[in-house]
Amino acid sequence: MTAVPGLGAPPAARGGTKAAAHARHKPRSVLGYWRLYLAISPFYLLFLGFGLIPVGYSLYLSFHRWDGLGPMEYAGLAQYRYLLGDAQFWHSLTNTLIIWAMATLPMLFLALVTAVMLNSAVRFKNLYRVAYFLPNVTSVVAVAIIFSSVFSTNFGLANAVLQGLGLDQVAWLNSDWGIKIAIAVLMTWQWTGYNALIFLAGLQTIPGELYEAARVDGAGPVQTFFRITVPMMRPIILFALIVSTVTGLQSFTEPQVLLSNTNNTSTFAGGPGNSGQTMVLYFFQQSFDNNDFGYGAAIAWGIFLVVALFSIINWRLVQRKDT
Amino acid sequence: MRSIKGVKGTRARGLTLHLSLIAGVLVSLFPFYWTIVMSTRTSTEIFSFPPKLLPGSHFLENLRHLFQNIDFFGSMANTLIVAVSVTFLVLFFDSLAAFVFAKYEFPGRKLLFVLMMGIFMVPAQLQAIPQFVIMAKLGWIGSLTSLVVPAAANAFGIFWMRQYMKGAIHDELMDSSRLDGCGFLRQYWHVALPVVRPGLAFLGIFTFMGQWNDYAWPLIALINPDHVTLQVALSQLNSVHGTTDYGMVMAGALLALLPLLVVFFIGARQIMADLGKGAIR
Repeated sequence: MTAVPGLGAPPAARGGTKAAAHARHKPRSVLGYWRLYLAISPFYLLFLGFGLIPVGYSLYLSFHRWDGLGPMEYAGLAQYRYLLGDAQFWHSLTNTLIIWAMATLPMLFLALVTAVMLNSAVRFKNLYRVAYFLPNVTSVVAVAIIFSSVFSTNFGLANAVLQGLGLDQVAWLNSDWGIKIAIAVLMTWQWTGYNALIFLAGLQTIPGELYEAARVDGAGPVQTFFRITVPMMRPIILFALIVSTVTGLQSFTEPQVLLSNTNNTSTFAGGPGNSGQTMVLYFFQQSFDNNDFGYGAAIAWGIFLVVALFSIINWRLVQRKDT
Repeated sequence: MRSIKGVKGTRARGLTLHLSLIAGVLVSLFPFYWTIVMSTRTSTEIFSFPPKLLPGSHFLENLRHLFQNIDFFGSMANTLIVAVSVTFLVLFFDSLAAFVFAKYEFPGRKLLFVLMMGIFMVPAQLQAIPQFVIMAKLGWIGSLTSLVVPAAANAFGIFWMRQYMKGAIHDELMDSSRLDGCGFLRQYWHVALPVVRPGLAFLGIFTFMGQWNDYAWPLIALINPDHVTLQVALSQLNSVHGTTDYGMVMAGALLALLPLLVVFFIGARQIMADLGKGAIR
């Protein structure tokens, strides 16, 4: 029995007997529980004021035209119709998906390999864990500034290395793929260690006998990795995949700060040619640079649909393998 | 023969293992080192080729430029005010609600809990514009209140603390404290809180770091460029001076990272122990 009755309960309800358990469900005045409702109310009040009402309001806004100051004008489905034909929105969606794939897939693979290595290391385990987690402790703004220096065309370390190897320099933050690579590298650097530690926690729940049996059967480390580790870890990989999908499809700070001094028209433009403009950056540009609140709300619902769709796809993909 | 070969094999494998792990550690740590290098160099040194790989001697000069260009400590104070108040509010409201959900039965309990978990899924963009409009109506735009109030309680913290309390607070403890005449608030304060301190520590550190790093909403809500949080000030610094005075910008980035690293090392043991628990449950 984990839950106990509220304080308004009569003494009979406080025993552990079946009769007492029965008494608990006797209809009683809801007001008798006022202390409990009061205790959980802050979250629900905040949620109502800054969560539920805003979500409803953004739905309302998306059917209107409004610049935040003048009169609001009903627009029907016009904002959504415009969204479907808006080349820049689709461009931002493509950018987001490319950057997400370039960051997430190597990140999760590297994280799993790192976790397996950490799991078999006997010494310095805690030292390794702290070192791998450190990139995640940093502020994204500071890290994006650091990476924008590393990928700087004029003096960046990346180009210095290329030059040192006798290769041509790359205008990283000035070219379509350069921008995407820089953002993806930044994300991979920041999140690989975090995911590795999540995976490590999962690895420690896999019984050692399984590995023992595989070794007796003559399986090598690669075979063991794909035949035992990956299948056993599927639920945790799914968790990590969904979390990185939801966060990755809504990336904002990384491209915004990384590219903020490469484009003078808007700090939300995502660099030259909008190559690093993610969906959320586009949302900010339309909403807060152009003060187009109605269209901004429609974009927000578009992003919501994309994120929901990909979460469901992820879920299905991993589930299907089971059957 | 065979056994010797086997020992050699495992030893070689152990060496490769540690070498690969150390390579990973170097990649993890290098950007931090590089920040130190760049924040101690002049612009001329930064723009030179081959790049200077060791720290220089111009850190104080870069710091002076930094303090001349932005109100560094003012914006850090703003960040601290927000992060500390949000952390304490979250710890109090979340643990109180979690205690109720973990240990009490009341009408609507399941429904309210499911509703709360559903809120997890609502993306921030759907709230951004209306929140801005609401804050403007309340006259909070430009003030730190607009950052603190919406963040004062959250679903993640309630869920996390509830999981923690279910395991940590035994029913016998609840029963005996009730027989001793403890009311709801005293049970929360004297029975629940003392046993869930490690859980609170994790939630506190997690919340503080999240608030310290928050960027998108402060960027929108703090419209007065002279009254911003540290992350927004840093980003302004970078977009204005980021291509000319990198030493100064990097000194700012370094200084903004330090408090986080201090908090992290204080709570490292706790964070490491609790990380991943959510995923496994």
